[in-house]
Amino acid sequence: MISANGLTKRYGDFTAVDGIDFEVARGESFGILGPNGAGKSTTMRMIAATLLRTSGDLTILGKDPSREGPAIRAHLGVVPQQDNNDAELTVRENLYVYGRYFGLPRSYLKPRIEELLAFAQLEDKRDTKIDALSGGMKRRLTIARGLINDPEILMLDEPTTGLDPQARHILWDRLFRLKEDGATLVVTTHHMDEAEQLCDRLVVMDRGHVVAEGTPASLIREYASKEVVEVRFGSDRNAEIAPLIADIGERAEILPDRILIYTEAGEESLQAIVARGFSPVTSLVRRSSLEDVFLRLTGRTLEDE
Amino acid sequence: MITQLIATSAAVEIAERRGTYPGAGVYAGRPHAVMQRAFIALKTSNMLAFLTGFVEPVLFLLAFGYGLGGLVGGIDAQGQDLSYAAFIAPALLASSAMNGAIFDSTYNVYFKMHYGRIYQGMLSTSLGPLDVALGEIGWAMLRGATYAVGFMSVTAVFGLVPTWWALLTIPAAVLIAFAFSAIGMAFTSYMTSFQQLNWLNFWLLPMFLFSGTFFPISSYPGWLQPVIEVTPLAQAVEMVRSIWFGQFDLGLAVNILYFVAISVVGASLTTRRLTALFLR
Amino acid sequence: MSLVTRAPAHSPEVDSRAARRGALYVAEYRLRSMWKWRRSIITDGLGNPILYLTSIGLGVGSLVNANLGPTGIDGVPYLVFLAPALITAAAMQGVMNEIMFPTLAGFLWDKGFFAMRATPISGGQIADGLLLAASARIVFTSVVYWLVLLAFGAVGWSSALTLIPVAILAGISWGAAMLAATANVKDDSGFISLVMRIVIMPMFLFSGTFYPLSTLPIAVQWIGWISPLWHATELGRWLSYGMAMPPWQVAISLAYLIALGVLGLILARRRFERRLTS
Ligand SMILES: Nc1ncnc2c1ncn2[C@@H]1O[C@H](COP(=O)(O)OP(=O)(O)O)[C@@H](O)[C@H]1O
Ligand SMILES: [Mg+2]
Repeated sequence: MISANGLTKRYGDFTAVDGIDFEVARGESFGILGPNGAGKSTTMRMIAATLLRTSGDLTILGKDPSREGPAIRAHLGVVPQQDNNDAELTVRENLYVYGRYFGLPRSYLKPRIEELLAFAQLEDKRDTKIDALSGGMKRRLTIARGLINDPEILMLDEPTTGLDPQARHILWDRLFRLKEDGATLVVTTHHMDEAEQLCDRLVVMDRGHVVAEGTPASLIREYASKEVVEVRFGSDRNAEIAPLIADIGERAEILPDRILIYTEAGEESLQAIVARGFSPVTSLVRRSSLEDVFLRLTGRTLEDE
Repeated sequence: MITQLIATSAAVEIAERRGTYPGAGVYAGRPHAVMQRAFIALKTSNMLAFLTGFVEPVLFLLAFGYGLGGLVGGIDAQGQDLSYAAFIAPALLASSAMNGAIFDSTYNVYFKMHYGRIYQGMLSTSLGPLDVALGEIGWAMLRGATYAVGFMSVTAVFGLVPTWWALLTIPAAVLIAFAFSAIGMAFTSYMTSFQQLNWLNFWLLPMFLFSGTFFPISSYPGWLQPVIEVTPLAQAVEMVRSIWFGQFDLGLAVNILYFVAISVVGASLTTRRLTALFLR
Repeated sequence: MSLVTRAPAHSPEVDSRAARRGALYVAEYRLRSMWKWRRSIITDGLGNPILYLTSIGLGVGSLVNANLGPTGIDGVPYLVFLAPALITAAAMQGVMNEIMFPTLAGFLWDKGFFAMRATPISGGQIADGLLLAASARIVFTSVVYWLVLLAFGAVGWSSALTLIPVAILAGISWGAAMLAATANVKDDSGFISLVMRIVIMPMFLFSGTFYPLSTLPIAVQWIGWISPLWHATELGRWLSYGMAMPPWQVAISLAYLIALGVLGLILARRRFERRLTS
């Protein structure tokens, strides 16, 4: 449905997206994982036909976004990184007016809006103005709005960033239902748990490049070990102790606030550290995640600026 | 689901049917959807602020036409001896069309552009930038024209409308309002801070005071008259005044062309700018 | 990274200084943000008198003089008659920007007042500081306006010490009244255009600004009587070119302006404190 080849975007001298390739198939849930500034939103906006590419090939549903913008956008649902609901309108009016932008007839919009209000759990907020909604409600409204034209592809740019854990889980549940219904989703995120939950397949982006591609499980298998031991010795001592324990696992990463030891058996490795006479201030054994994949690929964490 | 079938067909069909026209990348043939949004927003906003827009020119007419008119006495203009109120009434109609149009196409547009992110939302649907430009300009035009019509009814009650020809000032007010909203929105779309936008007042006040509204342009020194005459409100005042008194001549044709030209320039600049801001 | 800069030691003396000078700190903040608008304030300060004096003063004035003769109103040319009204109107209009916008912003748009109130500054001091900073703008506007009037020959040198203070007084008391009114606004949609259209415009047009109040039908003359602009204009005309004004009327007009200012500030202070602490 989407195919990008050497897709590039430059702002002046700065290259935000640098020759990336990917394909998205129908019914797939495709993720773009990367830290802030990686070029995720830029990529999303090029796919949504609201940003012209500088070079490379991009086709969406067989069309070229630089020439057939409106015709492509008619098939898309867009959930931008920042909500842009119409603050002068109520919840219901937002959905209605947005549907009118697509030229959809009233007879379709009436039942569709009811379905979407139920889907977004906003039925009792239908006549509320946007300002009075919580962050999670606004986000659900933006998603409902993106579904008004029953899009073939739903694009979600960091759908849950900035929401509290409960609101995130509600949203994930809604998105999961869409996935089960066979929708095609494109999701960007810098939360690995989100990518692991929602994406069938993903690319990892950093500084405008795709640094890895695969399913969440295959990426973890390829770029990380089974378990990770996180130990902290205090900001001043981490760097000092790290070389003395690095050989315990397969690999070690030293971050300013902690040391990560990659290993097949976490508990044993932790005991080995203690056995060498180092007692960490805090320690944690966990399964490795996409965060570790990212760290391995770029040497930085996802939350780094 | 049946509703889904309709959706896919309607939005896509419209977009693809239009896809074969030239300019399909900027225009989807639906500026009325943008106007409808403005109408719905008006209903939920402060109606009082909208309604009092009618009052402003009436206040000026009362204060200047009748209050100050007592000091001015009669005035020789349009080849007749007019009361001062009769002299300023058509000019106030022109400026109320301008003011109504400018208000919606500048401050309101600036807000939607920079704080509300409304156009970003519109342009991620199948609308094109020309739809948004025409819709917003058209809405501001309606507002300006509505004020002009309201004001005209008041002047009729005061017995200031000389002939039936004056009814033709309504389409003239529509044209004036469209031109001012087009140029106002184009101007606003280039502004990047509220400070810059505020320079609008720098143009509006002198136009209001010097465009032959309160005293004839012929009272200026000869070299200054043509300079004043090419400014938009002076053109508008001249156009409305000659229609008002039923004087149709070549000058009127020039006025009309002037506003058509401004409208076209304003709408195309706006479209270009919206494209640059939201689709590049 | 660790934080090493420490605040000066807390002492009763330091604490009470903040509590005492709160209004000055607020005024300083306001003046800094007005400074960003200096170009538009200066343009407005100069442009407004020049535009009104040439268009209405000279342009319409020539029509009036043609009709009534050069000394048709109060025995002076129209320009001289107009001058005291325009300078007070400008002082009162200039203050609006510095009172209404920051008050709406502080309570509604960016809620800056709530941040200020979280320091030792009190609500009343925020109100004082706002009015203090706005007064600076009034003084600037009035002095510039007077200089332009002088250049147009609409006033004499001697009016510097009388007309300018009247304009400043009118501006400050109007500012205080607007401060009290704006502090009550909960929903700002359309508020500013509403105030402009149903308060400022009618006041500007029906306060004997452009023609003597007595030319209006008696049914609408009350607008002038309650309008601070009319009272200030009357005082201004009396001081500027010696318009006839009985002493009791001078006393009433003066008392009216002072009372408006004092009452406005008292109400504003109370309203600010209450709204910021509830
Ligand atoms: N309009 C723009 N002009 C210049 N630089 C931009 C613009 N938009 C984004 N960038 C830059 O491009 C890079 C990628 O941004 P973005 O795609 O928003 O990243 P992400 O969504 O992954 O956080 C960032 O460094 C950002 O500063
Ligand atoms: Mg982003």
